[in-house]
Amino acid sequence: MPEPILSIRDLAVEFSTDDGVVHAVDGITYDVFPGETLGIVGESGSGKSVSTLSILGLIPIPPGRIVSGEAYFKGRDMLKLSKRELRALRGGEVAMVFQDPMTSLNPVLKVGFQLGEAIKTHHPKEKSDAIKKRVIDLLRLVGVPNPETRYSQFPHEFSGGMRQRAMIAMSIANSPSLLIADEPTTALDVTIQAQVLEVMKRVQAETQAATILITHDLGIVAEMCDRVLVMYAGRIVESGDVTTIFHKPRHPYTIGLMDSLPRLTEDEEWLRPIPGQPPSLINRPSGCAFHPRCFISQGRARCREEIPALRPVEGDAHASACHFAEELSEQPTRFAESVGGAA
Amino acid sequence: MTEIDRRPDSDVDGLAPEGAMTGGLMLGGEAAIDSTVAAGLEVKVRSQWAYARKRFVRHRLAMASLVVLTFFVLVAIFANQLAPYSYLQFDLTDLLHPPTTAGHHFFGTDDIGRDYFSGCILGIRTSLEIGASVALLSTIVGLLVGAAAGYFGGWIDNLLMRITDLVLTLPALAILLVVAALLGQGPWWRVTLILAGFFWTGLSRIVRGLFLSLREKEYVEAAKASGSGNSRIMFRHILPNTLGPIIVNGTLAVATAILTEAALSFLGFGIKATTPSLGKLVSSGQSAPEAWWLTVFPGVIIVLIVLCINFIGDGLRDALDPTQRRVRA
Repeated sequence: MPEPILSIRDLAVEFSTDDGVVHAVDGITYDVFPGETLGIVGESGSGKSVSTLSILGLIPIPPGRIVSGEAYFKGRDMLKLSKRELRALRGGEVAMVFQDPMTSLNPVLKVGFQLGEAIKTHHPKEKSDAIKKRVIDLLRLVGVPNPETRYSQFPHEFSGGMRQRAMIAMSIANSPSLLIADEPTTALDVTIQAQVLEVMKRVQAETQAATILITHDLGIVAEMCDRVLVMYAGRIVESGDVTTIFHKPRHPYTIGLMDSLPRLTEDEEWLRPIPGQPPSLINRPSGCAFHPRCFISQGRARCREEIPALRPVEGDAHASACHFAEELSEQPTRFAESVGGAA
Repeated sequence: MTEIDRRPDSDVDGLAPEGAMTGGLMLGGEAAIDSTVAAGLEVKVRSQWAYARKRFVRHRLAMASLVVLTFFVLVAIFANQLAPYSYLQFDLTDLLHPPTTAGHHFFGTDDIGRDYFSGCILGIRTSLEIGASVALLSTIVGLLVGAAAGYFGGWIDNLLMRITDLVLTLPALAILLVVAALLGQGPWWRVTLILAGFFWTGLSRIVRGLFLSLREKEYVEAAKASGSGNSRIMFRHILPNTLGPIIVNGTLAVATAILTEAALSFLGFGIKATTPSLGKLVSSGQSAPEAWWLTVFPGVIIVLIVLCINFIGDGLRDALDPTQRRVRA
């Protein structure tokens, strides 16, 4: 097994609010291996963004607080780095693509200048000719037409898809070995989404960067990812490679997520949501946080009382945090049926 | 003023061949359409500054004021060449002469026989010098204080804003008078320093407010995520977004500084006697009430300059901040 490029161990992040302490991320552990794409899925507020932003030092402290954990990137614990060291890492070896390209580019600075800034930050001695050339190459790589012209245009002259391409270009400007994409397509419409995902794939092939793809879109996960983490209420509830998760989900939440997807092959009147509400992260349900909404718990006391650990099911690569994961083995999901062998 | 203006607009030619060349690399439909559009018809693209310039040029009052002010600035720059006499030259045989073309005494002479036309020309220079340097200094100080307070927040914000509040509560004119009385009249830069010491507060509050809201923008987070340090984020990413209000405020500060200097000089404090300033010239009219030209000429010039600057400030506000537009469509 190759050495993981990023190892997160027991990371917990809290936010103090007026209403109490929000346990945004509560003891998660995962690895990212070189060159792979790891998807992190979950509802809003499940802690998927915070789990990555916090290791880059991008959450506001206070009110945020990293309670415990380690995050080894190439052997160094990112949580113990000085501000200066962390800054050198950000945008260099570890880069981010943000959700909303409409607001992530500075409206008063030319796009080329902003991309150049990203390079200059990490290579202060680089000549401006060389930087310009590199920026134009980057724009061309992400499929921005006429990069020479686009170089000296402002963000408002770019369409949404073009802006996200520019953002991706910015994130790979310093050849990162880890790319964190926080819902990179959520703000884009579907046709543009597909193009941007294409670009991301291409960029990944080009740079060989490991990618963490944070999303709530299972379709994107199926399309892009090698492995998946499913998060619920600040914890990882299921992890495994993408085919396994889609075909043999072993956590009722994952199954619920997949069942809630509308299918195009049938004429459906109603969507099938997961009953209930996402839990409050201040006052989490006891035991398994999902038990009030769970269809296999059936009021069993163990679900209410004991916090389930993430444990291997059916092979080492697949893990589920459900006390009764084995009961799910004979339950085919509607999603698996509809995609058939395609995934 | 900013990086933006200086970026070279190179490589704009060669559009069509480039589009064709990169076409092969393109992904998806949008890209292909984009390149044909760019290659086929060239749309004139304007930067935000180009739009602002256009709006300003359409502002008639501001443009007229700009012409008048440019005239005064030129007079100030070439004051030594334009003034027929030196300010220290007096002719005791020709006291309080009314305005005449004889001997180039267009504005008459004062009570010790100095040429008032020359006095006014040199006075314009002094007043503009003081106005511009007070505006520049106070803008720099206000900008730094406001930027630090707004960007860092927390105790830095508290400390800097309490200092600002303190300075705001001080009665500026009274303190200026005390300082002037203690130190006596001094060179023009001392007045400048003192005035700037009071004038930065307004701008620092404005800048703090702007930084406070802009630091939450996603492009700031994106800049952070790409490893930019605080100063880079403050001055490269946030500052360009605040230039509009800063320019407007700085312009208006010139006018206020000129007026305050005039008031100080009128009261007999301020800069030393051998340097004429418009305020001092107005006050010299007190000694001879019957000589109307001693008050009217420098007074009218002060009013003209201050009016022009204020109109230009209004025009700039309308041009740079369309959301706050008060005049016409």
